[in-house]
Amino acid sequence: MTALVRARDVRRDYPLERDAVHALRGVSLEIQKGEYLAIVGPSGCGKSTLLNLLGAIDAPTSGTVEIEGRNVGTLGDREVTEFRLRHIGFVFQRFYLLPILTASENVELPMAEAGMPNRVRRQRSTELLRYVDLGDRLRHRPSQLSGGEQQRVAIARALANRPSLLLADEPTGELDARTGQEIISLFGRLNADGTTVVVVTHDESLARAARRVVHMRDGEIVQDEVPRG
Amino acid sequence: MRLLLALASLRRNRARTILAVLGVAIAAAMLLDMVMLATGMRESFRSLLLSRGFQMRLTPRGTLPFDTEASIANASAITDSLRARAEVDLVSPVLGASVHVLRGDSSITTFALGVDPASEGDYQLVDGHDAMAPNAIVANADFLRATNAKIGDTLRLAAGFDPQLRTHSGERLLVIAGRARFLYLAAGQLAIALPLRTLQAMTGAAREDRVSLFMVRLRDPSRIEPMKKWMRTALPTIDVISTADAMARVDERLSYFRQLSAILGAVSLIVGFLLVTTLVTVSVNERVGEIVVMRAIGVSRAHVVEQIVLEGTAMSITGALLGTGLGLITARYLNGILSRFPGLPAAIDFFLFQPRAAWTAIGLLTACGVLAGLYPAWRAASLPLASTLREEAVA
Repeated sequence: MTALVRARDVRRDYPLERDAVHALRGVSLEIQKGEYLAIVGPSGCGKSTLLNLLGAIDAPTSGTVEIEGRNVGTLGDREVTEFRLRHIGFVFQRFYLLPILTASENVELPMAEAGMPNRVRRQRSTELLRYVDLGDRLRHRPSQLSGGEQQRVAIARALANRPSLLLADEPTGELDARTGQEIISLFGRLNADGTTVVVVTHDESLARAARRVVHMRDGEIVQDEVPRG
Repeated sequence: MRLLLALASLRRNRARTILAVLGVAIAAAMLLDMVMLATGMRESFRSLLLSRGFQMRLTPRGTLPFDTEASIANASAITDSLRARAEVDLVSPVLGASVHVLRGDSSITTFALGVDPASEGDYQLVDGHDAMAPNAIVANADFLRATNAKIGDTLRLAAGFDPQLRTHSGERLLVIAGRARFLYLAAGQLAIALPLRTLQAMTGAAREDRVSLFMVRLRDPSRIEPMKKWMRTALPTIDVISTADAMARVDERLSYFRQLSAILGAVSLIVGFLLVTTLVTVSVNERVGEIVVMRAIGVSRAHVVEQIVLEGTAMSITGALLGTGLGLITARYLNGILSRFPGLPAAIDFFLFQPRAAWTAIGLLTACGVLAGLYPAWRAASLPLASTLREEAVA
């Protein structure tokens, strides 16, 4: 397998008035194409900070993060935004769909930003919503969807521009156990279809579903395992 | 897609958007009215002066037309000398006087203009015939109403009145030949026009061969200055006022109006700007999470700014268009009140609609809408993504 992501000795400090919070203390990590990786650990251990760095929505204080061979920490705002648009898909705990748009329009948003023609993006958003089993909810607004359905729309949106890396931050955190299980299955299906998936989670069943689990504590990786079975 | 997002954002809180648009509409109406007021009276006065094509007015030295009872002597000779000039197209001598309509023991006083019907420039005939015969008059509607007379009626008029002897002089029986609209008279003012020689004869020796005013039309308007120069030399007891001179005097007298309208216009513009800024800021603060997520999934900063600016612009344009209609209605109402101002010609409009004024008001407010959205848009699009997402998640 080829390394899709390479983080080398990454540190992230948040300056306070007198001191600084060391959210990440020299993390190094490689993620291969096609992997399904879960990052777990107690609250405040730096999981989400690491995910933000892997998703190029934050820059490290020191160290480098390379995605598809590009050091994303050196990119300017315009370049890094374009990079995220075309190479990374995000799924958030709170879904963050635009309430004023329909499910289909929410999925179309990143495609419109990427300059995809109207007809093509409408067709792809329909395909993606069918893929996440929401083919009958195209014209529904987020307020007309359940939490699980909203998260599935958010996943479809994350896949809109065929990203090479899908990042999810506590994707089952707002869902009940049964709905959470549906989302876990969906991630498994996505990975089986070739998408590289990285999830940050407290959810043991989601972590168990991953093929590799990275354990963090106090801003460091303390264990990197491939669970049996 | 960005326009769709902008409009959908505005629809999200309909009541607030409607109230803001109404606020902008009121500011726009006031701005339009102020722009109309700043230029309207001047333009209206100018078009009134030029309505019959006379570019020059000759008055007794030191006076304005009908400012005093002063008059110009040797009117016939001056008329002939003016008409003899090749540059002159038309000369209209005018004598103004008060005359009395005698009805038994009572009388009604009216303003009378002695004119040459062939060259007059003071009224427009609405009904009937012009006062071509020596005993004919044309009257305005107010006069006909006050005297309860109609076209074809004969009235007994006198030009002079001795208050001690309570007698009238210069009596004539005159026939109403037509109804006319007098261009330069105030609303409600009773007026008639009759042949110049008849009025001169009625007013007696004091006004024999005298006029209050000459109106002169040149064949080539570019010859006004050389003509003025000649008139000042040839007619030293006369003041020559060109339309440009009159406009300069009007400008001087209207400077307070213009200052007032500029200040009130600026205030309404600022109010519109603050209203849109406040609404866009509140709306942006409410959806910081959405905006940051849009940035996180790859929507560029410029496109986020564009979308938010579009919201402010859409509100401003809608408000400005509504305000244009509202401004026209209020201008019409206010014009009705102000045109009753004593002494001003009824034909003068304080609020004159000019497409340029409407475009100016709409353009200024649209520019305000763009500017009003820029700061909150740029601020929202520049939020640090990771920390804002964390704060939003905690919130």
